[in-house]
Amino acid sequence: MEGAADLGWWGVPLALLAGAVRASTPFLFVSLGECLTEKSGRINLGLEGTLVMGAMIAYGISFLTGSPWLGVAGAAGVGLVMGALHGVICGLPRVNHIAVGIALMIFGVGLAFFLGKPLIQPSAPQLPGLALGAWSDSRAVRAALNVNALFIIGVILTFVMAWMFRSTRIGLAIRTVGDSRDAARAVGLDVKRIRLLTTAVGGAFAGVGGSFLSLYYPGSWNEGLSSGQGLMAVALVIFARWDPIKCLYASLLFGGAGALGPALQGVGISTGYYLFNATPYLLTLIVMIAASSRDRALAGAPGDLSINSSS
Amino acid sequence: MTSHPGLRLAAESVVLILATFAATALLFALFVAAAGAPPTGVFYDIYLGAFGSWFSWQNTLTRAAPFMLAALCTALPARLGLLVIGNEGALVIGGVAAAAAGISLNGVAPLAVQVGMFVAAAVAGGLWIAGALALRHYRGVNETISTLLLNYLAIALLLWLVGGPLHDPASLNKPSTPSIGSANMLGDMPGMSVHWGLAYGVIACALLFVLFRYTTFGFAARIIGGNVRAAQLNGLAVARITLIVGFLAGAAAGVAGMVEVAAVHGRANESLVAGYGYVGILVAFLARQNLAMIVPVAILLGGIEASGGLLQRHFELPDATTTVLQGTLFMLLLASESLRGRIFPIRVQEAN
Repeated sequence: MEGAADLGWWGVPLALLAGAVRASTPFLFVSLGECLTEKSGRINLGLEGTLVMGAMIAYGISFLTGSPWLGVAGAAGVGLVMGALHGVICGLPRVNHIAVGIALMIFGVGLAFFLGKPLIQPSAPQLPGLALGAWSDSRAVRAALNVNALFIIGVILTFVMAWMFRSTRIGLAIRTVGDSRDAARAVGLDVKRIRLLTTAVGGAFAGVGGSFLSLYYPGSWNEGLSSGQGLMAVALVIFARWDPIKCLYASLLFGGAGALGPALQGVGISTGYYLFNATPYLLTLIVMIAASSRDRALAGAPGDLSINSSS
Repeated sequence: MTSHPGLRLAAESVVLILATFAATALLFALFVAAAGAPPTGVFYDIYLGAFGSWFSWQNTLTRAAPFMLAALCTALPARLGLLVIGNEGALVIGGVAAAAAGISLNGVAPLAVQVGMFVAAAVAGGLWIAGALALRHYRGVNETISTLLLNYLAIALLLWLVGGPLHDPASLNKPSTPSIGSANMLGDMPGMSVHWGLAYGVIACALLFVLFRYTTFGFAARIIGGNVRAAQLNGLAVARITLIVGFLAGAAAGVAGMVEVAAVHGRANESLVAGYGYVGILVAFLARQNLAMIVPVAILLGGIEASGGLLQRHFELPDATTTVLQGTLFMLLLASESLRGRIFPIRVQEAN
């Protein structure tokens, strides 16, 4: 990144931190959304489609209205609709949740590319950054501490969601539905409705994550915008063991691993950088291997989640 | 309707698939109409672009070849009741292995190079998916998520190899491996401009259909898919069969990667990551995991993709139009499963 070179080797950790914060925001939103959905016992593999749709809609609305925040709201709205679509189809009997996710991914990405074709050329107003580094004289420090408001909102939502799961009626209801649908029915919870709502709201989160991509970083709309952040949501949530606060750490780690390559390139190391990008996926696989065993479900997972090995 | 339960189920499948196609066509017609294109013209163009002429047919069959092979990667484990979505990764690994083999065998007779590429791709892809199923069998690691992760590892491995150890310094814009040599390329089949990948796909589907339908191995796999515990109690070698099925599944996708390298690109690079793996999942589901149905379904989807260019030229519809059509078809197909058993309900007689 620019500015890293004039600090020499000190630029690496700084660029890494800045890159981690910046690249982690979409990861944070999709993983919080997926976490909410999975806590209720459902898995949405289609967040990639939702994320790309969110990015396209946000860019389009920002371009047409001149307000990037309206774009973010539009992305949340379209995410809500796509999440609800997943929720409704999965609410039907004998429907394969994983396959619906893949279908939704193909559909969402296709629709976004279709509708977004005219948006590749024009440039839309971008979300502003908060200059938390204004006190410093160093250009590199200022650049590193220029944090987007969506990241701050994401961090706040992380703690709100953690509190919700721990100490509220709604959180308890979601966890009960996710752990055992029989127990949930026994206490009178509407399993289908709760799962529909968590999937819809989870989709809205993913839509906002997409708006960050098109309205802040990289900050444009094109067909190569997403590098699979939406698909990775599932892995992130497993890595974070279904805990919103750990989703925040995992997002920073995943974002940081992606930022390590460019940061090292800044000081002249350019080989092996794709392997660094892949470390989060390898770590997630290792976590899964360590947490699984032949005769019990994946440790820490909601009991009724369809990826459990006991099925 | 008929009283025979088997016929009833078959009739229901036909009705469901026709209803799915009809509903997809209706939604897609509304969609293109909203985009300002005449639906009848669009449908006619899809037909023309896919199957309207010998030229279209060749285009369609060329595109269908990798879909057939990639679909097997999902359809074979489905026999065991497992859901593998690592098609893209196994395809990429197979493609890289084929390119590596092709480069290192350079100078040998072309047929030997091609056999070497085929074997390298099949073994690499096969081990890739067999590894995931081994983790599933011995550690209980969910195979759907592990193969999803393996897709990313495969792509990272590809990008690292073509940028580093296998890098061709002449490839500047798109880092690639060196060319496998034009003499070693898989050519077209006689009498048509469709490469040999189509024959690989059709033969693989036919052989595997026979294996799973008419051999004791296939019978054992069906029992495992029905009930693992029962299979174990009956003394079936569940571990061995699971690993072999995983190997065959990955090998098929790996050969798809080999076809892309040896018949299309001539080298391995990022073009291998074209989403064929995900289309393969769609083909497997649309074929209802039935190995005999994979070939016609892959040809149908190849046809839809082949018509994209014509839609772009005639109606200025973006190339993503065919993706929207695929996604709609996939979602409605999955939703239609919920109607199964309700169209011609089978009344079970109570035992006395």
